[in-house]
Amino acid sequence: MLLKEGEIRIPAGCAISGFISRDGNKMNGGDIVKSISYMHDRSNGLGGGFAGYGIYPEYKDYYAFHVFYDSNEAREKTERFLDRHFDVINLSRIPTKKVPSITNEPLIWRYFVNPLPTKIAASQLDEKEFVAKCVIRINNDIEGAYVFSSGKNMGVFKAVGFPEDVGEFYRLEEYEGYAWTAHGRYPTNTPGWWGGAHPFALLDYTIVHNGEISSYDANRRFIEMFGYKCTLLTDTEVITYIFDWLNRKQELSLEDIASIIAAPFWSEIDEIEKKGPQKAAKLRYFRNTMSSLLITGPFSIILGYTGGIMALNDRLKLRSMVVAEKKDIVYIASEECAIRAICPDCENVWSPKGGEPVIVTLSEEGKRKCL
Amino acid sequence: MPVNFFPAEFEVVRNSDRCIKCRACERQCSNEVHIYDADFDKMLSRDNQCVDCQRCVSICPVSALKIVPNENAFRKSANYSQQLMIENYRQAGSGGVLLSSMGNPQDYPVYWDKILINASQVTNPPIDPLREPMETKVFLGKKPAGIKKNPDGSIDTHTEPYLELNMPILFSAMSYGSISKNAHESLARAATELGTYYNTGEGGLHKDFYQYGKNTIVQVASGRFGVFKDYLDTGAAIEIKMGQGAKPGIGGHLPGAKIREDVSKTRMIPMGTDAISPAPHHDIYSIEDLRQLIFSLKEATEYKKPVIVKVAAVHNVAAIASGIARSGADIIAIDGFRGGTGAAPTRIRDNVGIPIELALAAVDQRLRDEGIRNEVSIIAAGSVRSSADAVKAIALGADAVYIGTPALLALGCHLCRSCHSGKCNWGIATQRPDLVKRLNPDVGYQRLVNLVNAWNHEIKEIMGGMGINSIEALRGNRLMLRGIGLSQKELDILGILHAGE
Ligand code: SF4
Ligand code: SF4
Repeated sequence: MLLKEGEIRIPAGCAISGFISRDGNKMNGGDIVKSISYMHDRSNGLGGGFAGYGIYPEYKDYYAFHVFYDSNEAREKTERFLDRHFDVINLSRIPTKKVPSITNEPLIWRYFVNPLPTKIAASQLDEKEFVAKCVIRINNDIEGAYVFSSGKNMGVFKAVGFPEDVGEFYRLEEYEGYAWTAHGRYPTNTPGWWGGAHPFALLDYTIVHNGEISSYDANRRFIEMFGYKCTLLTDTEVITYIFDWLNRKQELSLEDIASIIAAPFWSEIDEIEKKGPQKAAKLRYFRNTMSSLLITGPFSIILGYTGGIMALNDRLKLRSMVVAEKKDIVYIASEECAIRAICPDCENVWSPKGGEPVIVTLSEEGKRKCL
Repeated sequence: MPVNFFPAEFEVVRNSDRCIKCRACERQCSNEVHIYDADFDKMLSRDNQCVDCQRCVSICPVSALKIVPNENAFRKSANYSQQLMIENYRQAGSGGVLLSSMGNPQDYPVYWDKILINASQVTNPPIDPLREPMETKVFLGKKPAGIKKNPDGSIDTHTEPYLELNMPILFSAMSYGSISKNAHESLARAATELGTYYNTGEGGLHKDFYQYGKNTIVQVASGRFGVFKDYLDTGAAIEIKMGQGAKPGIGGHLPGAKIREDVSKTRMIPMGTDAISPAPHHDIYSIEDLRQLIFSLKEATEYKKPVIVKVAAVHNVAAIASGIARSGADIIAIDGFRGGTGAAPTRIRDNVGIPIELALAAVDQRLRDEGIRNEVSIIAAGSVRSSADAVKAIALGADAVYIGTPALLALGCHLCRSCHSGKCNWGIATQRPDLVKRLNPDVGYQRLVNLVNAWNHEIKEIMGGMGINSIEALRGNRLMLRGIGLSQKELDILGILHAGE
């Protein structure tokens, strides 16, 4: 019997791609679909997905929930739950288009919501934590319901299929965003569950990841101490939780997070020591106290968040990843062809070193336009 | 003619064609097994005194000797083994408690041998430790629950005191008194060279070894032998010994014969008196008392040293460990029931306590369930026999392992399990100067360094195979383990899947 995602850990290889306009210029979702389609052979038709930022400007102050339902019953239950905890501003099916290769689609709904202030107060949590908890509740407790996107002014679109077909299915050419990421999955086997496709998202954090981390269970068992529950057993899920914990809850900068999860080798820290004892002290501190969050084994990830994206490779750089620029746009992809596909004359093409984060954020102008 | 109720356990087999009657075995055997008969110009043996320490075999210049189990057999019974019968004869003769040493030799399951390790294939590349950095540095101590910031927004990098190890292996507690000064010196120097720690055990610290303080863990046990300010100040960490895997619930007894001048000075007790450690610490009758001792020791050393609490693996070890973690300890050492000892009542050694594998898995999981795994580091002890055992222990959740018996093996010990007699022919578990001098610390320390370095190479090799290039990514990484031939209950406790799953 094939076990469902979450009941068994499935290794996967993948393709990733992403770009951001620093100045917050809107870019069409069709571009990201085109980009990832050039790495067709890195996927095997068993999962594809996208994340777009800045795509819901008219609802930018509301959490956008994208939900898969196996049945109308699951939808009704979930909607009752949403009504109890949120002010639901708008709800609708997510528009899709029939694509022959995409089959077995669940019901796919979108809600723009705001948590009820009385409920937040009663929970004694801050707003984001409250929302995150509600999402986890739905996913764990309501059979057949799965919230796969829950941030503000952003959205995840994913399915079982090749990424280009998934993009067509969700009609991504109808969306405009300042940043996009994409994922094509090559799992070694799959139960074909849509929730198992990537990106994985929590609030506005999304992760697309290519690799298979060897530290998985060490990371999982550590992060689960802080109230997370890894139900999908995927790398992407645990990496997202690590970012959420370190960035949102511990308020560490993305640079610092990179030096925890892809920590420099001790030999490198000794070199850094010679230049500046203060920086070395911090790195030592991280390696001592946050050692269970070190991620080993091959990975290349793109983290998307409100206002920026970050790319990171494992410290040995066991997965390919290139970065290129053109004017205010920065492109990141597993292979250069995926960048050239949408920007043939891109400049400054380079391969970031293992463990060296590439962080691109909106410029002041971009922030003004998009946030 | 007295009746001998039981035969000698071993038979000394001497090849008289080879023996040149050099009498080396006679001179070297502290058990006086070998004697030269001048009338017949022949070497004779008193088999019944032989403990099979293999010293004579190792030194015989012509390889004339072999010690074999005596094949004489009592009538077979699946219920009453020959061993049990002999023990009863012994007690009927002596009226005393049976004494043993070294670890529990009984045929209980060894879980290490029922756990298999993973390796990378295809989806994730193995890493070659000869080409890529492979890191085994470990920090032991309390870790903060989260990031603290300074008023200026920078990160507060202050930590609780910790131990820094180049490899996840420490030498476990063996007291001066139970082992010789040369053995101690070998351990101290090896720990220093390796960048790890050895442990004084409960016998205090010889003045000559204060120079190795940076790599010394000083133990405070129920007898409080040799504990005073300088001792505490000298060590890098302080270990409170609440129990020992080989004899949970039992104190210690070092016979007066072993309390010669130096030992008496170091232990701060009169020469020739028995050194008796009570079963409990008489100032610790409950967990809140333990907390007080932990903080008295911290207070005495100005909060500069981590405090380790060592407990024997007993049935409710997980709850005990969680209590210890909440009592201010920085590190918990858990000692499994196969752990070694210089002397223990046989019935206790062989029947009390639980295997370290299960205890460790239960403790690590409990601390995680309670969200306090970060509050303490865990050292697993009590029969970690090889680098593979160490890897499995770390993957189950240990931060590091204590090794005792393997260290003694490096010094020449042949596990004859007669340490309690004080006549160790290898110069280890003895205070007889003629025997002690057989262990040359210059050689001994080098052999210890070799052993641990060899293990560490193997650990790196195994890690590399799994695609892990730093030991912290192995810690608690139970997905890297699979059980073989284990019941679902055992797998659940170990928190691992069965091979093939
Ligand atoms: S040491 Fe060997 S050769 Fe020498 S007396 Fe003993 S058995 Fe004979
Ligand atoms: S230390 Fe000596 S007496 Fe003890 S088991 Fe080893 S060889 Fe025998």
